Parts: sequence; C-alpha cells; structure tokens
Amino acid sequence: MKFLSEYRDADIAKALIARIKAEATRPWTLMEVCGGQTHTIVRQGLDELLDGAVEMIHGPGCPVCVTPLEQIDKALAIAARPDVIFTSFGDMLRVPGSDCDLQQIRARGGDVRIVYSPLDALALAQRTPDKEIVFFAVGFETTAPANAMAVWRARELGVRNFSVLVSHVTVPPAITAIMEAPDNRVQGFLAAGHVCAVMGWTEYEPLAEKYRIPIVVTGFEPVDILEGMLLAVRQLESGRHEVENQYVRSVRRDGTPAARTTVEKVFELGDRKWRGIGEIPMSGLRLRSEFSAYDAERKFGVADLAVDEPAECRAGDVLTGRLKPPKCGAFGTRCTPEHPLGALMVSAEGACAAYYHIGKYRTQETAGAAS
Amino acid sequence: MTATAGGGVSIAQGLVCPAPLNANDRVQLGHGSGGKMSAAIVAERFWPKLQNSALGQFADASLITVAGAELAVSTDSFVVQPLEFPGGNIGSLAVHGTLNDIAMMGARPVCLTAAFVLEEGLPFDLLDRVIDAMARASAEAGVPVIAGDTKVVERGKADGLYINTTGIGVLDGALRPAPGRATVGDAILVSGPIARHGMAVMAQREGLAFESAITSDSACLMPLVEQLRGLGSAVHVMRDPTRGGVASALNEIAQASNVGVEIEEGALPVPDDVRAACEMLGLDPLFVANEGVLVAFVDAAVRHRALDLLRAHPLGAGATAIGVVVAEHPRMVALRTGFGGTRVVDMLPGDQLPRIC
Repeated sequence: MKFLSEYRDADIAKALIARIKAEATRPWTLMEVCGGQTHTIVRQGLDELLDGAVEMIHGPGCPVCVTPLEQIDKALAIAARPDVIFTSFGDMLRVPGSDCDLQQIRARGGDVRIVYSPLDALALAQRTPDKEIVFFAVGFETTAPANAMAVWRARELGVRNFSVLVSHVTVPPAITAIMEAPDNRVQGFLAAGHVCAVMGWTEYEPLAEKYRIPIVVTGFEPVDILEGMLLAVRQLESGRHEVENQYVRSVRRDGTPAARTTVEKVFELGDRKWRGIGEIPMSGLRLRSEFSAYDAERKFGVADLAVDEPAECRAGDVLTGRLKPPKCGAFGTRCTPEHPLGALMVSAEGACAAYYHIGKYRTQETAGAAS
Repeated sequence: MTATAGGGVSIAQGLVCPAPLNANDRVQLGHGSGGKMSAAIVAERFWPKLQNSALGQFADASLITVAGAELAVSTDSFVVQPLEFPGGNIGSLAVHGTLNDIAMMGARPVCLTAAFVLEEGLPFDLLDRVIDAMARASAEAGVPVIAGDTKVVERGKADGLYINTTGIGVLDGALRPAPGRATVGDAILVSGPIARHGMAVMAQREGLAFESAITSDSACLMPLVEQLRGLGSAVHVMRDPTRGGVASALNEIAQASNVGVEIEEGALPVPDDVRAACEMLGLDPLFVANEGVLVAFVDAAVRHRALDLLRAHPLGAGATAIGVVVAEHPRMVALRTGFGGTRVVDMLPGDQLPRIC
C-alpha cells in the first residue's frame, strides 16, 4: 500500500537501527506517548532489536488503559438500562469495571454495540428514535474532533436521543505529570503523531524548554518510530532539547485548525482522573455547558458516581515508567490477559499484556535452550 | 511516592484497578470465538460430563471404529451473519465447513446430514438460494445429504436461519494426520491467501462504511487433501483454520504436539485488499476466519513435493510455506517480524476487538 509499505521497509528499518546504535554513546531512556506506537514497537520487536541502545518506556497514551474505573462503572450502569443502546469502540468492551465488563452486560441483556465512528452512533440514534443511544467518547485529542462533530451534528439535527459519556484526556498534562515525578527516568519523548495532526505541537514547546527534554512528534509505522528515536538520540547526544517533527507527512506546527475549532466549540478543559495515575488537573475534556443535553452522565444521573480503586494493580507505576510489569506482584499470577486486574493487561497496547506474552516466550526460550 | 502533577495531585496514589473478574455467570459472545474462552467452556462444562475417548481427541473430527471400519465424524453449526456474502452463503458454508473438518483427518467424506432452524417470516426466495447453494456444494463434492430436519421458531427467535451439518467419512491408507503429530523440523504450509472469509463477511455487516471486493474463500478442501494423499504418513497435521484464524489453529497444534511453532511474518499470504481492510478495522489477519484454506504440517523431506502438489490444483495455487516446527518454546507460536524481531502469537481470550488507535 502506497504511503504505508515504505514505512515498513525492513532494510530502511535495519539501517536506522544501526544508526541509533552507532550514535548512542550511552543507553538512553525514551518514552513513546501513544499506545499505537507501543503496539508497533511490541509487534515488530523493535525494542529487542535495539540491544539496549535505547530503552523504551511505554507511556500513558493508550486511551483504553487510562480510562478510570469510575468511567467504566458509569458506562456499565448506563449500558445495563433497558432503554439504552450503548455504543463503543471495540477494545473498551473487555475493560474490567468494579463488577463486570461491557461484554458481560451484553450477556445479561444490555444492548452494547461496537461502532467505528461516533457518527455511526448518531445515525443509529436517528434510525432508532424509541431508544437512547449513548456513545462512549474515550480517547486523546485524536478522537476528540469526531466526537465533537457528532455532538455538534446532533444539536444541529435536533436529535435528542443521543448522548456521549465523555472520558477524554489530553497529552501535555500527562507529560508534565511524568516529568514532575521525582524518580522520573524519561529523557526524551516520542509525541503521538495523530494527536499532533489535530493539535499541532506549539503546546509542547514550553514543555521541552521547561524540562530541557527532546520531544519528537512521531508517526506509527516502524520506520517512523525508529526515525523518531534517532532524532531524539541525536538531540540527547548533542545536548539539545527541542520539539522536532518526524511525522512531516501528517503534522504541521498548528495542527488542523478546523478540527481544533470543532473541539473547542463543543469541549472545554477540565480535571480528569487517569486510571492508575489519579486526577491530573485540567488534563481532560468535558462538554461545554451549552451541550449538557448531550452529556450521558447528566442524562442518566451517574455524574456523582465515585469509585475507590483497589490498590493491588500498580498500573500507575507502570504507566509512569517506575515499574516494569514483570516486577509487579500480581503479574502473570493474579493478573493475566484472561483475568486482568487492570486495563494494561487487557489492551493489545497495554504494557502488561505486551510483557506477559514476550516474557512467557523468553522464559520458555531460555528453558528450551538449556534442556 | 510523592510525585505531583501541576496541582499537587499524587500520581502514585490511587493505583487504580478493580478486583479480578469473577462475575462470569453466563454465556458471552466470546465463548463462541474459537479462542481461549471457547476452549474453557468446553473443558470446564462439556468435557467433564460428556467425556469419552473419541470426544477426547479434540480434533476437527472424531475417529471411531464401527464394525471394523474406521470412520471420522464431525458436526458443526452455522450461524453466520449476513446469511449471504460475496463468495457464498450459509448453505454452501455449512457443506464446506463440515466436509473440511472430516477431510482434515485424512478421511474421505461419504455423507452429510443437515438440520435447519428457520425463523418465522424468512423469505422463501432467500431459503431457496441457501438450499441451491447447499445442493451445488454437495454435488460438487460428491457427498450427498442423506438425512435432514427442519424446525421453525417464532419471529425474533433465530437470526433468519441456522444450519447444523454432520458428516461421516471413511479413513483409508497411510494419511493419518492428527493435531498431536507435529514434529520438530516439520514445514508449515498454507494452501492459499488467508483471512478472506472473515473480512468478506465483516465488510457486509451493518455499520461498516466501506465497500470492498473481498470474496469469501469458502471452498471444499477435499481436492487438496487428495493431492497430498500420496505423501501418506509424511503429512503430520492438517487443519482448516476457521474461526480464530491461522493463529488459533497453530496454537492448538503447538499445544497438542508439545512443540514450538515459528512463522515468518513476511511469508504470510495476505491479499492487499484484505490487509487494507484489516488495517482500517484494526484487526489482525492471523486471527480472522478462513473457510477454504488448509494448513499442513509436513515432514521437511517432502516440503517441496507437498508445495508442488498443492500448487498443481487451482485451490492451492497460492500455497506457500509460512514456518517451521522448533524444539524451543514448546506450546507457543512465535512470529519473526520483517525486521528480525520476535513476538508471541497467543490465542485470543475471546473475540478479536477492533482497536481504538
């Protein structure tokens, strides 16, 4: 596929890996922000190929992983209602809430459907006027424009049986939270290309300056990620700390103004809990008051639901790079992909699930070689 | 930990995850996915109460001996939606699916039964197309439907129609593949492009705003088995990787044979349009269903011969080797990426869920 295969070219990737190894005079620790990047790194085994020249810490940019238990429980409460068709992106369906997950709600009679776009959910609302259609609006700045557009269109069309359960988070406050941690180990960031395609990178310039840290706007294919690593390593080796753009084919400094404007019309910044991290001030998006009729939390009276979250899952330490998943006491025993304690073990992009599979393999490989 | 984020919020507090899931008190869709949940419901609920040596073979079909004749028996229910899809319909699928399960044991199918559950209101012209397709598939394979049943349920109680087919085949000769016979050094072959059936069906489903020309691979694999029959005992395992896809089939074989499986990402035959659709929907073609693909584990010595034989038949024109059986990492499937990295290809817990990003 044009514009895709060239970014998956093994020869280019191998050359980039050799460059990174040659130019890194010491092991550097980088964090890829986005779960999509984690997915590529794990799927292609890129970290393994770097032989320790760069250590990648998997960042908090998987929307599934950072959606707090509280929001999942709200989703479950709404989805269980007989008057509701609850719509969601697919991988939210297995994320455990306090009691169960959305798939189990479906087995108990709830109408839970996977959609690929909030606009599909809106269309469903128009086709099904006798039901309340709720869309689970999760994600970073990347999914915000389409979600904002759905709410905007719903108001324009006068569709009243449509609402969104918002759990939107934004990247810059998460970078701040990670950099403010006293035992932070991250020396450079690969920023999420698709987030920046919407937002641009001006927000990152003060962060790079304040924390004196390289931030490279990076795409999602293997060659993108290796290029991003190389640019970050070069900055670190030469003592620079700038915002650089690897993902030039998609991202401009001011992002996509039309998308940003749509988001700003419908959403405003607000405090938001992150699963495993806790509340980060002004780190999320919430509906503006003029769109409160489309706020599922208000519509179904779950806005005040507060859930205390048990402490056995140490997702927060993993998400902030302080704990490698295999060092967690529950890892592989009380927490597995079949019975996850937390979202990091659920999502294909979750660091715990990634380590679970690779760790199992490497242990077996060692055992096999010894026998 | 006293890390703070801007406004003095501790990021080490509230390490937030819920109690383990134990609320599995009823059937979920994932139990029908062909992944770990499917295996669990069989192992935990059906097997303890129904167990016997034939059922315990856990193969595509069970082998039994009746009056001195060795038979292979398989049964399968078909609940596909939509009922008609590019490349076939539920009628042809119900014939191919069961014939293939029998053929994968090296047996020659001799007869089929078909049971229909029809929903009140089902248009006759749709039913006729399904029966026509079933008749055509049965005639092409030379395997008659010798017994049947029809039941009708009230509107809303079935999704148009469901079909169950059961098949019986006869074993003869040295071709006796079994899931537990994979051997270190075996070459792993697939007979053609993968993931077509699942993506063809998915592209037809409501709510997916893309059009594609992907057609299902639904086909009877008996001719390909005949191509390999002469290789006899050098064919160690055959499998048609239906639900759960090639990845689940390889995992089941690795576990049954207590061997490691290693496949090359670059060798996997995924057509461009299927790959594009998978990309768009966030799905991995390795886990997408096939209905006309054969996976064979053959002795390394006959690797080239087996490929030539498969390719000599139109159904196997795209046959290719995708990997080998290794002694390392027993019971696991590892994939070598195009970059030389490795990842584990595990069975999915339940249905493959499309990713957000």
